[in-house]
Amino acid sequence: MTSTARRRSYGVKGAPYAFLLPATILFTVFFALPIGYALWLSFRKVHVSGLGLGAGARSEVWAGFENYTEAFQDSEFLHGALRVLGYGCIVVPVMLGLALLFALMLDSDKVRLTSFTRLAIFLPYAIPGVVAALMWGFLYLPDVSPFYYVLEKLGLPQPNLLDGGPLYLALSNIAVWGGTGFNMIVIYTSLRSIPAEVYEAAKLDGATPLQIALKIKIPMVAPSLVLTFFFSIIATLQVFNEPTTLKPLTNSVNTSWSPLMKVYQDAFHRGDIYSAAAEATLIALATLVLSFGFLRAANRRNKQEEAA
Amino acid sequence: MSSLAIRKAQPAAGTTPGTAQGPPLRRRIALVPTVTLLIGAIYTLLPVAWVVIASTKSGHELFSTFTFLPGTGFTGNIKDLNAYRGGIYWKWMGNSALYAGLGALLSTAVSAFSGYAIATYRFRGRETMFNVLLAGVLMPPVILAIPQYLLLAKANLTDSYLSVLLPQILSPYGVYLSRIYAAAAVPADVVEAGRTDGAGEWRIFTRIALPMMIPGMVTVFLFQFVAVWNNFLLPYIMLSDDEKFPLTLGLYTLLEQGSNTPALYTLVITGAFLAVLPLIALFLVIQRFWSLDLLSGAVKS
Repeated sequence: MTSTARRRSYGVKGAPYAFLLPATILFTVFFALPIGYALWLSFRKVHVSGLGLGAGARSEVWAGFENYTEAFQDSEFLHGALRVLGYGCIVVPVMLGLALLFALMLDSDKVRLTSFTRLAIFLPYAIPGVVAALMWGFLYLPDVSPFYYVLEKLGLPQPNLLDGGPLYLALSNIAVWGGTGFNMIVIYTSLRSIPAEVYEAAKLDGATPLQIALKIKIPMVAPSLVLTFFFSIIATLQVFNEPTTLKPLTNSVNTSWSPLMKVYQDAFHRGDIYSAAAEATLIALATLVLSFGFLRAANRRNKQEEAA
Repeated sequence: MSSLAIRKAQPAAGTTPGTAQGPPLRRRIALVPTVTLLIGAIYTLLPVAWVVIASTKSGHELFSTFTFLPGTGFTGNIKDLNAYRGGIYWKWMGNSALYAGLGALLSTAVSAFSGYAIATYRFRGRETMFNVLLAGVLMPPVILAIPQYLLLAKANLTDSYLSVLLPQILSPYGVYLSRIYAAAAVPADVVEAGRTDGAGEWRIFTRIALPMMIPGMVTVFLFQFVAVWNNFLLPYIMLSDDEKFPLTLGLYTLLEQGSNTPALYTLVITGAFLAVLPLIALFLVIQRFWSLDLLSGAVKS
């Protein structure tokens, strides 16, 4: 009797660890180990002795912060970082602005066709970034695009969407198109969790839908806005698929347009995994600093507002 | 509370006669939100509509006829796609289905185990383990993918199905969602009742908890299926043998070759059209008994 009871209690005690075992193993092998290895590599370099011929002529040595200082002096890498910051400044506000707008519209009274429009706006979520970039890429090509056809018929100027400033808009548009729906669902879900009584009173006091949206709904979904902002910053700084896919269609996207593309280029085409590891670490650090910096700023503002 | 109820009741009584006479159309349909959402839907459907129409055009028609005019080459395009390198396109489709289907299934199982453990047991290191697993979400895929490649290369596993499948099984977001669903769907006293009846922990999980967690697990499966199906970076880094490519990578290589041979463009477009069909179909079917809201962790209370 006592032995079975004890066995059972051992079973209960050990059970959560057993359930967590697969995740722990996968985390160790595919998250912790690679991150540690990347960090280690970022402080290493290849030392070539003599002409670099023969076995033992190339050896891996400690490099200190050399790879990092080189990355900071690499103008291609820095330009890529600036390009992506500019791109992010367009994508994140536009995408989340639209997501919030659509979520508020879905949540308003007497709105029709919502099951259709909600699914349609969400649809791009299910479409791979590569396919999205490919579809838009063709729509940006003057030879096949309906936009150019219309512009031509109207006798309007036809900007080259795949070059210079418009290229940023063209790339941003792909990201906005792909990401708005998912964020809309997140915000809409949190809008629907607001109890109706909260704005029932405001409605009776004669508040317009716009006032209710601005004064009640938006402040109440602020936490989900902060969260979508946070994840959008992380995703945007790692942009890779869309510019890579557009590259075959234009000469303006080079192989190091975004920092991530440069990392790929360094690791697999130049064969310099050490610089690539240092650059990848810098991107990860910048991502964490920006995203958590934003989170902290948002939290501080919240606290101030609560105190006021 | 009672004053609110009174205030609510009065105007409602006052407006009833008005509604009985039938209010103007403007009142019954909120025009601004409906139209705004329709514009949004047109924006999102536009490129999809274009790819559907463009896939019906022959290579010659693609560059010569108005873009939104259907062409006559759809069957020809499908035949060309079938013929391209011995039907490798369908191999890519199959590979994508394998990576996404099997990957999402394994991922859902791992997420369910972890989420259930964290939600229902009290044990040392519970919050720490959850936070560490969740931190994986913040790791840029590239800082992971390159060392993953180098490490898998040491194990002679690169350029294999496993190299794409294995790194995507653990999904931090899946674990996060599973914890929320398990906490909301599996009452503690039900688990306790199972224990007093003498059921083992594994039996309680598979027979009692898992069935309660099913709607949440469908969501985790869908989320991970889409994530794997849409992934480009990992297979791009891991694979060189195009027999193992998923659709995203296959279409990309096709497009890359197309910049030299525009004849391939029709293949790319037809391929893109066929590539979006399965997921659109999946969502249309599944939304009949599954709500989009579940994707953001919303749990009905």
